[in-house]
Amino acid sequence: MYQTTYHRASSVYEAASLFAKGSESKFLAGGQTLLPVMKQRLAGPSDVIDLGRIKELQGVDLSGDTLTIKAATTYYDIMTNADVKQAIPAIAYLTSVLGDPAVRYRGTIGGSIANNDPAADFPAALLALGATVKTNKRSIAADDFFQGLFTTALEDGEIITAVSFPVPAKAGYEKMRHPASRFALTGVFVAQTKSGEVRVAATGASQTGVMRVGAIEAALKANWSPSAIDSVSISASGLLADIHGTAEYRANLVKVMAQRAVAAAG
Amino acid sequence: MGVEGIGARVVRKEDKRFITGKGRYVDDIKLTGMTHAYFVRSPHAHAKVKGIDSSAALKMPGVVAVLTGKQLVDDKVGNLICGWAITSKDGSPMKMGAWPAMAPETVRFVGQAVAVVIAESKNLARDAAEAVVVDYEELPAVADMQAAIKAGAPQLHPEAPGNQVYDWVIGDESATDAAFAKAANVVKLDVTNNRLAPNAMEPRAAIADYDAAEEHFTLYTTSQNPHVARLVLSAFYNIAPEHKLRVIAPDVGGGFGSKIFIYPEEMVALWASKKVGRPVKWTGDRTEAFLTDAHGRDHITHAEMAFDANNKITGLKVKTYANFGAYMSLFSSSVPTYLYATLLSGQYNIPAIHAEVIGVYTNTTPVDAYRGAGRPEASYLIERLMETAARQLNVDPAQLRRTNFITQFPHQTPVIMAYDTGDFNASLDAAMKAIDYAGFPARKAKAKADGKLRGIGVSCYIEACGIAPSKAVGSLGAGVGLWESAEVRVNPVGTIEILTGSHSHGQGHETTFCQLVADRLGVPISQVSIVHGDTDKVQFGMGTYGSRSAAVGLTAILKAMEKMESKAKKIAAHALEASEADIVIENGEFKVTGTDKAIAFPMVALAAYTAHNLPEGMEPGLKESAFYDPTNFTFPAGAYICELEVDPGTGKTSFVNFVAADDFGRLINPMIVEGQVHGGLVQGIGQALLEHAIYDANGQPVTASFMDYAMPRADDVPSFNLSHTTTLCPGNPLGIKGCGEAGAIGASAAVINAITDAIGKNNLEMPATPDRVWRTIHAA
Ligand SMILES: Cc1cc2nc3c(=O)[nH]c(=O)nc-3n(C[C@H](O)[C@H](O)[C@H](O)COP(=O)(O)OP(=O)(O)OC[C@H]3O[C@@H](n4cnc5c(N)ncnc54)[C@H](O)[C@@H]3O)c2cc1C
Repeated sequence: MYQTTYHRASSVYEAASLFAKGSESKFLAGGQTLLPVMKQRLAGPSDVIDLGRIKELQGVDLSGDTLTIKAATTYYDIMTNADVKQAIPAIAYLTSVLGDPAVRYRGTIGGSIANNDPAADFPAALLALGATVKTNKRSIAADDFFQGLFTTALEDGEIITAVSFPVPAKAGYEKMRHPASRFALTGVFVAQTKSGEVRVAATGASQTGVMRVGAIEAALKANWSPSAIDSVSISASGLLADIHGTAEYRANLVKVMAQRAVAAAG
Repeated sequence: MGVEGIGARVVRKEDKRFITGKGRYVDDIKLTGMTHAYFVRSPHAHAKVKGIDSSAALKMPGVVAVLTGKQLVDDKVGNLICGWAITSKDGSPMKMGAWPAMAPETVRFVGQAVAVVIAESKNLARDAAEAVVVDYEELPAVADMQAAIKAGAPQLHPEAPGNQVYDWVIGDESATDAAFAKAANVVKLDVTNNRLAPNAMEPRAAIADYDAAEEHFTLYTTSQNPHVARLVLSAFYNIAPEHKLRVIAPDVGGGFGSKIFIYPEEMVALWASKKVGRPVKWTGDRTEAFLTDAHGRDHITHAEMAFDANNKITGLKVKTYANFGAYMSLFSSSVPTYLYATLLSGQYNIPAIHAEVIGVYTNTTPVDAYRGAGRPEASYLIERLMETAARQLNVDPAQLRRTNFITQFPHQTPVIMAYDTGDFNASLDAAMKAIDYAGFPARKAKAKADGKLRGIGVSCYIEACGIAPSKAVGSLGAGVGLWESAEVRVNPVGTIEILTGSHSHGQGHETTFCQLVADRLGVPISQVSIVHGDTDKVQFGMGTYGSRSAAVGLTAILKAMEKMESKAKKIAAHALEASEADIVIENGEFKVTGTDKAIAFPMVALAAYTAHNLPEGMEPGLKESAFYDPTNFTFPAGAYICELEVDPGTGKTSFVNFVAADDFGRLINPMIVEGQVHGGLVQGIGQALLEHAIYDANGQPVTASFMDYAMPRADDVPSFNLSHTTTLCPGNPLGIKGCGEAGAIGASAAVINAITDAIGKNNLEMPATPDRVWRTIHAA
């Protein structure tokens, strides 16, 4: 790790102003991405501003048809939260298959979506559920938030404060875990909104990051059942390929995971 | 005998310190004035080092020195050696390129060191290492073994034309050809044995401390064999004579073979410590472990097996290409030859075998012994061939094995080994019963109804352990003898120190070795301590690898114990005014048999040291030593059967059951043996399903972190169902065969045989990743 200066912010406002003062500042949440990268000297921020102790970034709130998860809430707290389990059990499940216990105790939803790893789990949930990302400056629809590999709509120094999810009629997530990292080799989140809209998002599959899967959405809109997807064909072109999965395999997984997610959603 | 004797499931003495964080590993050691080393490593797989500019680095804070490969060569530090000479079929010696500890001119794999920064802290050393400017001229590289042997391939070493180290043969070619000419059936198979990265939990580390006044070095290092390290460092590397070099291997967190070898880093630390006049510490990180710890396996093999009309094997032909990486590591040459081809007879009566092994240089990390070393490759090949043959000949795979099992012992194979004892049917019976082999077809049908492909796979392995009779290995080219030494020191108060040349890096010697003493003397194991891992304490020893510590190391202790007991009996007889022949040892007492006369062991010890009343002419003291050289290898063997399900939608494998029936001879501590088997099986399953060290065509490693290299985790493996069928090894008095490598040797074939059974296609390479299995299922 290179030399850096650590700051512990006590409010979002303080965090933003500390960020502005550093020459090359970075926010720190669970540290499950940032710290390994710093240890490998692939990042060398001048200042690290810890968001982990900011009270207003912690917790879950269910009001009416909206589930709001504050940005620095850990996976473990999300996974075990009664409101999450009741309102959108698919999110509790997604969190339970994310990483390993150590990652779940530290990692946060805000860190996950700010990082926007192409194989991360939460971006699929946000996109499929049509969530809204709240920052210290504005609200951003999930459709606009994720902009490709490790790229988001966030501006420099902008802080995610929460994510709000409309409670769906049905939702399910299935994931084939990457054998080494346990990220999604491919994961698919399916959702049916209370107004009957169907949204399907796949992570770990596309070269451009989390994506909607229009063909599966259309099939499920016509018939919400795993067998409705049988005849859908997913093209391998533009999909990720590496030592753990060819593009053809990932195309197959998009379909198979979608079918299993629909089965899980009921 | 007793609750702590041989056969007792004694809880490990060493675990208190390990699980409370009180282990003392090399990195825990801090010496006064200690400096820290960070290596500058090549980012290229093949390049000329045209120049190194250290001027900026030398000006950085805390930098003590920047040393380069050229300085190392100028100081006449010796090149790394390979300690086992192999002769090619044309009579020529193996062809080795020079391997300096830091490259003065040419780098041949990514991660090879070219310079080292010595600084006040590791971070400062690393900062400065980034400022060392190395001028590389990239050369074409070749990482793929088959590409490396083609005409026109980039050449690694001028000494080895065509990148060929050797072309070695074993067995009788004409007898084998004759068997094939008469064969009723011939079964052919191509297999790849995937390259693995060892990944001991503790990365390698070294601290070198030069004392200028005494001209003496101390080296703390992560070694499985500190005496061998001292011998090699002294005899070949020009560091210091043996009496001026003390090597200490304290607690070592796993080795699996990778810590047998002498590596560049400890040589450089020693040399640098003298140059800078201060202790030098190097602790590798995980990336360095992936790049520089010797890898394992990496074979490409074509094999053919001939059968007569009764399904009896009549001949075996094998041609193997073995990847050595860029340099020949310490024991690398022996692994695909004498540790591999000599086991090609498996558990079977094969009248004629011929094998050819071609060793190949590539621009990759050096490859050497890794848990099982050659024997997993042999066992995998034979057990895949047997399964393939059963499918081709349309016979039950278990029955085909039984038809060909060796049942008479001793048995001389056509490839050197003389198996001393075994009962292969007994192990297979036990495994088949444990897994309910007969009930499998019904279970398969039920799984099919649930949309799952269920398979069962057998693997009957044999290995040669207890390495090894010195004379035998010497005649095969080994540069060392493979005996073991021991010393029993009884203190005046009757506590006992056992000094051993074996080294424990996870095996539990501090418990099992004490159990032998408890068994013989009837004293509690708390009265006994095991001293190992320090060349100043233990006179000499060959270390721990090849499942040799019990069969060879413990036998040496037994021999020393017998000498000590003999003297103690004389003292006891003298004190009790009885005849030595009437003295028996029971529950910590020396008794006159058939009487109530007895003297406690501590009193015997005290008598030996007070020397007030010893038998006429007897020397005081109670301390004996022994060297034990085995007369043969030992031959652990067993049967593993794996039952699993494949999800046809994803290609993912899930275990249903895994049974292992092993014959390890006598067990000292069954709990520790089970732990060894569990670990070995997980490594074998890891190789079969997950692990693969991969390079791209330019020699860049693709799997240099745990985010890409898939190590098995607890939920990747089943709960194992273990049992033992025992034939005592006739080669050593304790009847021990060894258990350290069996799991890693036998498991992979059982897994691949089961998956290929499940999916109904025979050809499937390791690791059988879900992607690979899915593509195999759906391939035309
Ligand atoms: C072994 C391992 C396995 C993993 N497996 C998975 C997996 O299966 N699935 C998965 O999805 N992920 C996985 N991860 C990644 C994990 O989810 C990380 O926690 C996540 O990517 C980052 O979250 P964090 O809270 O740790 O963020 P940090 O590492 O602290 O920060 C990550 C980035 O986000 C920025 N950031 C953090 N919080 C905010 C905020 N509130 N506003 C703006 N920017 C912010 C930081 O500045 C930084 O750039 C794994 C990680 C590891 C180490």
